[in-house]
Amino acid sequence: MKRNIFLLLVSVLFPLVMLAADQLFYVSFASRVMIYAIAATSLNLVLGYGGMISFGHAAFVGTGAYVGSILVAEGVTSAFIGWPAAIAVSALAAWIIGALSLRTRGVYFIMITLAFAQMMFYLVNSMKAYGGDEGLTLRQRPSLIVDLGGEVAFYYVVLAILASTIFFLYRLMRSRFGRVVIAIRENEARAEAVGFPVFRYKLACFVIAGAVAGLAGALLASHGKYVNPNVLHWVQSGTLMIMVILGGVGRLWGGVLGAAMLLGLEHLISDYPIAWLASIAPNYQQHANLGVGLVMLAIVLFAPQGVAGLLARRKHAQA
Amino acid sequence: MLRLEGIGKHFGGVVATDRVSLEVRQGEVHALIGPNGAGKTTLVGLISGALAADGGGIFFEEKNITGMKQHDRVRSGLARSYQITSIFRKFSVLDNLALAVQARSGSSFSFWRPLEKETALFEEASSILGEIGLQEKKNHVAATLAHGEQRALEVGLALATQPKLVLLDEPMAGMGPEESRRMIELIERIRAGVTVLLVEHDMDAVFRLADRISVMVDGRVIATDSPEKIRANPEVRKAYLGDELAA
Repeated sequence: MKRNIFLLLVSVLFPLVMLAADQLFYVSFASRVMIYAIAATSLNLVLGYGGMISFGHAAFVGTGAYVGSILVAEGVTSAFIGWPAAIAVSALAAWIIGALSLRTRGVYFIMITLAFAQMMFYLVNSMKAYGGDEGLTLRQRPSLIVDLGGEVAFYYVVLAILASTIFFLYRLMRSRFGRVVIAIRENEARAEAVGFPVFRYKLACFVIAGAVAGLAGALLASHGKYVNPNVLHWVQSGTLMIMVILGGVGRLWGGVLGAAMLLGLEHLISDYPIAWLASIAPNYQQHANLGVGLVMLAIVLFAPQGVAGLLARRKHAQA
Repeated sequence: MLRLEGIGKHFGGVVATDRVSLEVRQGEVHALIGPNGAGKTTLVGLISGALAADGGGIFFEEKNITGMKQHDRVRSGLARSYQITSIFRKFSVLDNLALAVQARSGSSFSFWRPLEKETALFEEASSILGEIGLQEKKNHVAATLAHGEQRALEVGLALATQPKLVLLDEPMAGMGPEESRRMIELIERIRAGVTVLLVEHDMDAVFRLADRISVMVDGRVIATDSPEKIRANPEVRKAYLGDELAA
């Protein structure tokens, strides 16, 4: 609890410090990290807690991003309409995709969620009215009482949503529903045999995660004032998965830690050249993924519970 | 209480149960015996709803449940235990039982209220804990229990759903004599309140507990009768009991 209050305090003060230091870029970067943290946290609900290995989570992020953006492009600039709409449509998409794909298991589930996401990727690619493969540029960010055009205001909105998401997940996993979801992950056949309609719980879990991912998508599009079909590409689903695995599968803070690590690492590699490395491999900065891959390998080999698991273990050892 | 009418199930070309008809009466312990591969576990799967029958009808308390989903059957009072232990290994013993209690007490589409506050669930789980003799292990993680204790929890999970009819699939599988004795005592205690269909290889247990016995061979029920008559039935002796009773 103390740690969380400290973390919140640091997060609240961060933009003020950056503002004083005239480093507004980092406020915007932090917003981006937090948006990805929300998306990764929503995937963690399905993948980590629910044990459903969805390889199509970008479909819901993308749906939210496009719904939010299209509304702004059509002149609906209130986030009070745009973001709930993004949530609703993503939840609906998750309900339809979930209802069909949750009838399969294992590799088939991975493949069918991937297939649905790719279908949607090609669908938005062909939406010529909204930019097609070139994407859609927004004139402005949607507004939420105050104008969200400024990086600091936007940062605080994202922070509030991330904090709510984490708290929601925390409560959810301690509720009756959360217990059933974890039980299904542990032993699906037995969960059914003690009388739980397993399919319905999995679907509900999938829809909740889709809804949160949709919100993250709307935030992502608002943040960059731009959306293109790549937000639904399978690489995006993979990125979210990597974040969850890096941060900690089925860990409350897994999504946050994973998003921070992955984006932080990418930023470090591409923006801070290492002279000796550049002298032997001049183009290495364009291959940030190699560095990410190595870290990923280390995590999988030495900390299968992710960074969150590592931290929890240290805390445990101290106690 | 439970009536099977010509239940059939095949897996590809293999006939697992061949038009099985069987009746379990209210209040009895009905044992189902037969050699390995006779189709006993398949039949448990069919009755519990984990498997769908290819043909025939299943009636529970005169209601046709042939097409009913497994979780709905559990809710109407038909629960099973597994031959191969199937528990929530990472949960504590108490949490295992509380989960099963939760399954039948109201909706679990509750997203906000902490589970710890539902003391009624844990109280009821505790009482089952006493019944299966695991009070001292209540906070142990299920995976760390000894084999016999895991088997007791396995049966406990079925009992926690408050069934009217419980299907016990080889509850004594892999147990030593002392553990078996405790399992027999457990079944003797619960039989007062619940009808039991007992699949078991341990003949001592079967003849001690059963009111009636059905014998299954090659997917068919070849006889259903009292233990004495089953013991004397020449067909049964030939097919199955022969060596064991001779010894």
